[in-house]
Amino acid sequence: MRWFEFDTLQEILATMRESKLRTFLTGFAVSWGIFMLIVLLGSGNGLKNGVTSNFGNEATNKVEMWGRKTTMPYKGFKTHRSIRFTNREMIILKGQFPTIDKISGRIFRNPLVSYKEDFGNYSMEGVMPDYKMINGNKIESKNGRFLNQIDMDQERKVIVISKKVEEALFKDQSALGKWVKVDNISFQVVGIDTKSSRDENGYCFIPHSTAQKIFNMADKTDNISFTVNGLLTKEANEDFGKQVLKTMSRALLIHPDDEQAIGMWNQAENYVQTMNIFSTIDLFVFFIGICTLIAGIVGVGNIMVITVKERTKEFGIKKALGATPGNILLSILLESVVITTAFGYLGMLFGISLLELVNMALNMNSGGGEGGAQKMTVFKDPSVDLGTVLIATLILIVAGLVAGYIPARKAVKIKPIEAMRAE
Amino acid sequence: MINFENINKTYPGAQPLHVLKGIDMTIAEGEFVSIMGASGSGKSTMLNILGILDDYDTGDYYLNGTKIKNLTETKSAEYRNHMIGFIFQSFNLIPFKNALENVALPLYYQGVTRKKRQAIAMEYLDMMGLKDWWHHFPNELSGGQKQRIAIARALIGKPKVILADEPTGALDSITTEEVMNVLSEVNASGITMIIVTHEKSVADKTRRIIHLKDGIIEFDNKLQL
Repeated sequence: MRWFEFDTLQEILATMRESKLRTFLTGFAVSWGIFMLIVLLGSGNGLKNGVTSNFGNEATNKVEMWGRKTTMPYKGFKTHRSIRFTNREMIILKGQFPTIDKISGRIFRNPLVSYKEDFGNYSMEGVMPDYKMINGNKIESKNGRFLNQIDMDQERKVIVISKKVEEALFKDQSALGKWVKVDNISFQVVGIDTKSSRDENGYCFIPHSTAQKIFNMADKTDNISFTVNGLLTKEANEDFGKQVLKTMSRALLIHPDDEQAIGMWNQAENYVQTMNIFSTIDLFVFFIGICTLIAGIVGVGNIMVITVKERTKEFGIKKALGATPGNILLSILLESVVITTAFGYLGMLFGISLLELVNMALNMNSGGGEGGAQKMTVFKDPSVDLGTVLIATLILIVAGLVAGYIPARKAVKIKPIEAMRAE
Repeated sequence: MINFENINKTYPGAQPLHVLKGIDMTIAEGEFVSIMGASGSGKSTMLNILGILDDYDTGDYYLNGTKIKNLTETKSAEYRNHMIGFIFQSFNLIPFKNALENVALPLYYQGVTRKKRQAIAMEYLDMMGLKDWWHHFPNELSGGQKQRIAIARALIGKPKVILADEPTGALDSITTEEVMNVLSEVNASGITMIIVTHEKSVADKTRRIIHLKDGIIEFDNKLQL
């Protein structure tokens, strides 16, 4: 059966023309529903993007470990032994866990850094070249470079300082190539870091090997940080953490049940948790959106019931002329689908336009503050992806079918005789 | 063509109404019949059963050799579409379709393409002398014009039988004359014509008058030619 034809569409348009206000009101309900759905979902995404951007450039699969004190005696060692990591553990980790990507030891100090008459106390870390990828440091090419392997091998006295430190010590001058004093030892500035999201008090980096040497630490390190690939769930992360602790305990002769001796922090667990929260928010938002939409659909259903009632006679005539129940059913369903999709599409268009407008306004605002410190954001890039739009479209079509079905069933049951008697 | 064998019909309700009480009737192909009777005599019910718009309780109804009983909605729609043309007192044209589209409607349900059915509809409009009115909507036409469009619509599906329910009930005497002439011509072309009416003058134009009273055929006058 040719179920779709120009006539069918023409008929729908004709009935819509006959009752403009009614069609508009019905359509508005659906438009509004879809509009709300899009705006809500977009805002949810905006919130997510905002919070996600606060994770910044830091690798989201970052793990940090540090030594603490043992709480159990083991193999002749007493309790309360201080655990210090060494370069050896890094090699063991790297060898045992192929999923570990970048790894770096870290040594924390808080020295006096000075240039000519200006000085300040800044947090300083001795790190390895890989740390740039772990921490997400940003050094533009005009600002020099991060520490490299040659710096490490030769234990060079080179330093990377943050923008804040440069501003404090060098005022308007460039610090690149200049020599600063760190606790009276001269270091040459090789890079200015503009990662900036957490540059409130200023910080610097020197090579890990240099730090070990000047602070007399032999091969010890305060902290080991690394990134690890392929851990997508909370469970996988927890499991990985346990394995790492087991290996480290064995290497450092710590009691296998001593959970206090090594400190560990896994950003991925944090990240996964946050993302889970957002998935829940997403679901919630979707639920509200759908509820709003349902209100619109009930409206369409309502109107269709009235429409069918008003057109009883027409359906009766058509039946007498040979319209099958299928013909009638399809024409009503199609009408319902056309109304819902047309108006739903309109609502979708408005919703997306609003999001784009907000996006533009947000970008313009942050554009003005370029170069300044990156602020904590809670809202960024509100948008809906193509998938959402497709789902919304699908929902619209299904909604149209549902809204039309009940009245259509009613129309199909119309007895031609009774219908034609109705005046 | 049409064969009623002991047809009974009761409308259920608190007080069941036995409307048709064992009707026996045979109408041959090409006959021009009127069914008369007071209101409540069962003539509308009979027309509905004839037109497969309503079912009957007991008995047998054969239309063109096909037994019409307990048909599915789709099947009865198909039979109506191919075998029966309807003409109503209140014309029953679809208000938002123009004359041409109204006439073409039965062909739409037969699955004829748009172009073809419009061409055919134009022929039938021409036959009714309404070719120049094809683009007018029902509310722009006179009663006689509307009924002629309805006749064109009834004819377009090439039915075996035309069922007309008080076709002149809403027309003045001059237009009545005109419409009856058209119906006679249609009958002359070989199509069986059954008219339900309570107007003697209309019935007199037909060649057989079946008179119903209280659900039974009171008399059946066949004009001898």
